Amino acid sequence: MSPRDVDPRTLRVHRVPAPVRHFLSRVLLVVGLGLVVVFFAVPMLWLVTAPFDADPSLRVSWPDWTLANFATIAENRYALGALGNSILLGAGTMALVLTLGSLAAYALSRVRIPGRDGLLYALLLLSSIVTGTAAMVPTFQLITQIGLIDTHVGVILVIAGGVLPTVIFILKDFMDSIPKSYEESARLYGASPLQILWHVVVPTARPGLAFVAVWAVVQVWGNFLVPFLLLRSPDLQPAAVLMYTFYTEGGQPNLRLLSAFALVFSVPVIVMYFLVNRRFGFRFHGGIKS
Amino acid sequence: MTDLRTRRADDVAGLGRWRAGAFVAPALAVIGLFLVFPAVWTLYLGLTNYRLTGLAAAEPEFVGLDNYASALGDPDFWRSLWLTLIFVLLSGVLGQTMLGFSIAWALRRAPRSVRTVVETLVLAAWVVPASVASFLWLALLDRRGGSLNAMLGTEGAAWLIDHPMASIIVFNVWVGTAFSMLLFSSALAAVPPSQLESARMVGAGGWAQLRDVVLPNIRGHLLTNTLLITLWTFNTFTPYLLTAGGPRGESEILAVYIYTTAIPGGQLGMGAAISLIMLAINLVIALGYLRVARAAAGGQR
Repeated sequence: MSPRDVDPRTLRVHRVPAPVRHFLSRVLLVVGLGLVVVFFAVPMLWLVTAPFDADPSLRVSWPDWTLANFATIAENRYALGALGNSILLGAGTMALVLTLGSLAAYALSRVRIPGRDGLLYALLLLSSIVTGTAAMVPTFQLITQIGLIDTHVGVILVIAGGVLPTVIFILKDFMDSIPKSYEESARLYGASPLQILWHVVVPTARPGLAFVAVWAVVQVWGNFLVPFLLLRSPDLQPAAVLMYTFYTEGGQPNLRLLSAFALVFSVPVIVMYFLVNRRFGFRFHGGIKS
Repeated sequence: MTDLRTRRADDVAGLGRWRAGAFVAPALAVIGLFLVFPAVWTLYLGLTNYRLTGLAAAEPEFVGLDNYASALGDPDFWRSLWLTLIFVLLSGVLGQTMLGFSIAWALRRAPRSVRTVVETLVLAAWVVPASVASFLWLALLDRRGGSLNAMLGTEGAAWLIDHPMASIIVFNVWVGTAFSMLLFSSALAAVPPSQLESARMVGAGGWAQLRDVVLPNIRGHLLTNTLLITLWTFNTFTPYLLTAGGPRGESEILAVYIYTTAIPGGQLGMGAAISLIMLAINLVIALGYLRVARAAAGGQR
């Protein structure tokens, strides 16, 4: 091949010596990752510094260390109640979803019901289409009509309806993997189906149940739209909605309260996320948040 | 014994059809009432002039396709749809996917400590509840006290008022990139090293390896990621917490538009009509996703 036949474009690339190219790509990599770190860290820094600052401002700064801000949570009329409401909504949804979900998943796993898989997929598809946002008007109407507006029960039922298809799907997967011989021997000793479910299946499927329980709580904990739509009284609002009213009402935000409250409200989900992620890794829709 | 086992093979617990039905029924009732029914009722609601207050609240009238006609004739609706399209395209399809992939690609052979720091930061933004995340950005972008103005020396720049769309787009990239990053880092880990090795042997540079070896290998993940991100970004309500759709509707994406029309605006029938349009778009995206997932599952076998 004579030099004239070589494509000038490749020639230009090859003229840059390999060590230089290598060096340039390293520099690019370091600068790029540096920018990523800045982009993700700067907003987050406020959450870890402001709660401990004696006089927090909106700007991120090195705090004048104090724990006094956390006391303002107890002083606010609604703050502690809102955290309590979040726990109540989370626990209520979790209990409902776990009970109904494991009963249904067990039956679907063990009995051949015609059209079972089709039903499951249809429900799963539906739950991704009928989101809180797309169905907010009919949901609001329905809950108003049946008299559950401004009640926690209404919020729990709406969120449970949305997450149940996924819960059943995951739990059925776990229960399918439990050997049937366990139940056969239990049955040989005369256990009833409910006894088998409670004493054999539930203990064996415990990892699946734990995953689903945490997942359901995280879904409720961060949910803003459903309680925002369905709850009116300030003393029923969960933390996710109350935080928003801290800021918009009364002009100036109370930063000492807001920062401490935001941190207290965030810590449970962060802890739960990392616990579950360590245990289960990147499975089911990329971990715990969907 | 063998006989017994085969006979009972599909019902070891001795549930029986009826009891199995009773086990499934409560869950189906909750799903039916609070998930399926609202979707179906949107069909009816959208055809009425239901209002939150006033005469039409007591006795709603059937107005046929009037709501759809007025929605389709309303420039506000089209603006909202257009803004949603820009929002999904820039923050979801381009922003989250490309940033998530780039981070996963850059971290492939990074030292363990760097990897942990970057991944933890990106994940934290994802895990923090939406109300907290949006307040962090309200603080960052604040006109007088915000960190961004302090860092850039642009004292007094009102980002949320002057650039509301850009603000919610960047915000959504910040919130959602973690999913793409996680998905792509597990996808990249599954690319056969032997293929990369032979590409390197024939002298392929980083870019050529990416184009000829990596991308064909992770095409399924790329499609899955894009469709899920599109669905989620299209349905997110969180930008409401940053700009509430303002100023003057400049960041009023469809989710926010439905809310302001139906609840503060009181026009439930009209809101339901737009909801149905949103449901239809969701259906199209989800069906696309199913097709891709099935093709991917078929291809693997």
